[in-house]
Amino acid sequence: MATTTGSDTDSRTESDAQAVESDPEQPAANVGWRYTVSQVRRDPTALAGLGIIGVATLVAVIAFLDQTVLPMFGIEQYAIAQAVWMSPNAEVAPQLLPPAWTTNVFGEGTWAHPLGTDDRGRDILARVFYGTRIAISVGVIATTIALVAGTVVGSVAGYYGGRIDDVLMRAVETLYAIPFLVLVIVFMVAFGRDLTFAMIGVGIANIPTFARLIRSRVLSVREEDYIEAARAAGVRDRNIIFRHVIPNSFAPVLVQATLQIGVAILIVAGLSFLGFGAQPPTPSWGQMLSQSRDYMLPDPWFSIWPGLAILITVVGFNLLGDGLRDALDPRINN
Amino acid sequence: MSEPLLTVENLKTQFFTEEGTVRAVDGVNFEVNEGELVGLVGESGAGKSVAAQSIMRLVEEPGRIVDGTVTFDGKKLVDIEETPDGRMEESDEMLSNREMREQVRGREIAIVFQDPMESLNPVFKVGAQLREFIELNRGVNESEAKTIAVDMLREVGIPEPEARYDDYPHEFSGGMRQRVLIAMALACEPRLIIADEPTTALDVTVEGQILDLVSDLQERYDTAFLWVTHDMGVVAEICDRVNVMYLGEVIEEAEVDDLFHDTKHPYTEALLRSMPRPDRSVESLDPIKGVMPEAINPPSGCRFHTRCPEAREACKEFHPEYQDVSDADEAPHAVSCIKYERVGYEDSDPLQTEATGAFAGGLADMRGDDDGRDPAGVPGGEADE
Repeated sequence: MATTTGSDTDSRTESDAQAVESDPEQPAANVGWRYTVSQVRRDPTALAGLGIIGVATLVAVIAFLDQTVLPMFGIEQYAIAQAVWMSPNAEVAPQLLPPAWTTNVFGEGTWAHPLGTDDRGRDILARVFYGTRIAISVGVIATTIALVAGTVVGSVAGYYGGRIDDVLMRAVETLYAIPFLVLVIVFMVAFGRDLTFAMIGVGIANIPTFARLIRSRVLSVREEDYIEAARAAGVRDRNIIFRHVIPNSFAPVLVQATLQIGVAILIVAGLSFLGFGAQPPTPSWGQMLSQSRDYMLPDPWFSIWPGLAILITVVGFNLLGDGLRDALDPRINN
Repeated sequence: MSEPLLTVENLKTQFFTEEGTVRAVDGVNFEVNEGELVGLVGESGAGKSVAAQSIMRLVEEPGRIVDGTVTFDGKKLVDIEETPDGRMEESDEMLSNREMREQVRGREIAIVFQDPMESLNPVFKVGAQLREFIELNRGVNESEAKTIAVDMLREVGIPEPEARYDDYPHEFSGGMRQRVLIAMALACEPRLIIADEPTTALDVTVEGQILDLVSDLQERYDTAFLWVTHDMGVVAEICDRVNVMYLGEVIEEAEVDDLFHDTKHPYTEALLRSMPRPDRSVESLDPIKGVMPEAINPPSGCRFHTRCPEAREACKEFHPEYQDVSDADEAPHAVSCIKYERVGYEDSDPLQTEATGAFAGGLADMRGDDDGRDPAGVPGGEADE
């Protein structure tokens, strides 16, 4: 805190300044990004989550470059992968090989394919690597859609109350009443089976979570004096909602969003397993699981690797989410 | 004096709750002249805050302004008329919500709220909030607004305003936050500032400092103030003129000296007896008996008759007229009490109430202690330092 004992300080304000410094009611600054980051840094499990997400994001970015960005400049898809290792879609090896250190009925593992090969002889390591991109982007984009729409709907409903609240929240609850997977699948059947609609569908289906969460916070924030002070100052409703209400209601939403990314990854993997979402030959974890289910007994490793990838990524988001919750929840103050 | 800056006529604000209609403000009349410091005094629940909010049209559901006119500088902030078919409707002259927001709130009339701890947004820096407010209401760009904001912080006695500009609200003490709010109110040079119990949440030393600051700034900027408070000490300290409210009505209005030394209404008298005064020594303070009745079902006749030490039978039946009772050569002094009307107060029998002392002594004494908690008589002596 800035010291307030300048020489020009007159006596009456000096007593104010001392009151600040000795006020036991006020702990050190516990708002703002710096505080949140410092709290997360002291939490080893949250750091582990952050590490997992960091690695996964890096992998996803490389995959994105290789699959989408470089082809725009006339370079062949999977050029990086081929230069370093091999294309995830290349069929080069015997099928259903186990990892390098084991054997199964189809043959002996080789270090040319450390995690083994799939039912078409494609390298599993390369496919898991490239599947990360879809998992991360789907989780983030679907959650962003839900977050933005849910926050707007929930805060408008909570701030205005009355009939607007009734209409918006009943609409949101209608969404909530339909089983999640059914909703997304119906949406995809209606609009298209590919990944774009999987993301939008999951995003829409998640709107109620965020709308209800932020509305419950807005209901208490809108009664705060500074909201009335803003109204008395002539601030328009739109600015009150976006500049005063939402920033003060956002902490639990941020935590929920982090956890929700993990959930969205799981759901999209589930959709891919059912044949909705990423279409072959695009590598995605859910689709790998789907292909592997016929070979689970002779070659369990085929299912284990993509399953493990999903598990680790989702755990990463959950650990970070829990860490953020501890950091942002004012009731837990250690 | 010319046309008053703010005129409130027959203002009625009601809350439509499940238990019934709460008549929080029930036909209030008062005026604030240019550059004048007017007090609005009353117990908790008298309707003074709701009256202040009604002026700014900040009353929220389930509350609604149902009748009355509020004129500010020729503009009708509130103007509710009876239509030919008997419904109460807003007249065409009444400002729209948008005009209210863009022309009046913050720009012409500013409010300082009761709790300085809660009136600043905790997630933004103090300076940024002040700057945003100035940008919004004075139409200047960001850097100009920042200069004005720092100047205003210096003006209200914040040391090192440039450094404090980048602090968050929780890094300020209560007194300093109230200074910031006053800076914010003054920053746009409004013509009227409504101060809704601005010193209630502060301790008395800081309260004294804030009152000094306000009198200082008021002289310099010549801003009119409507000072809402329950503290007679504060009123004596800074107000020019006082309106006393009881249960949704203004029951007495006078210049501050007249109110203290030539008290007309029994309620005001009781209020003054219940607080220590530097100009009188008494053995013990005399609190007002009982609590204020619910505003859902106000008592018949004079609303104070249930607690009035001078109540008579006639008080139950006649609602007293609010009228000027001063002599022609005196400052106006309005009061609503049937003592000053010819409706038979003198011939009427005293009412049997606790306050008139007609109950059995033991019961009254026993109850007396409990009633000492009555919030009306918050000690006000310290403000006279």
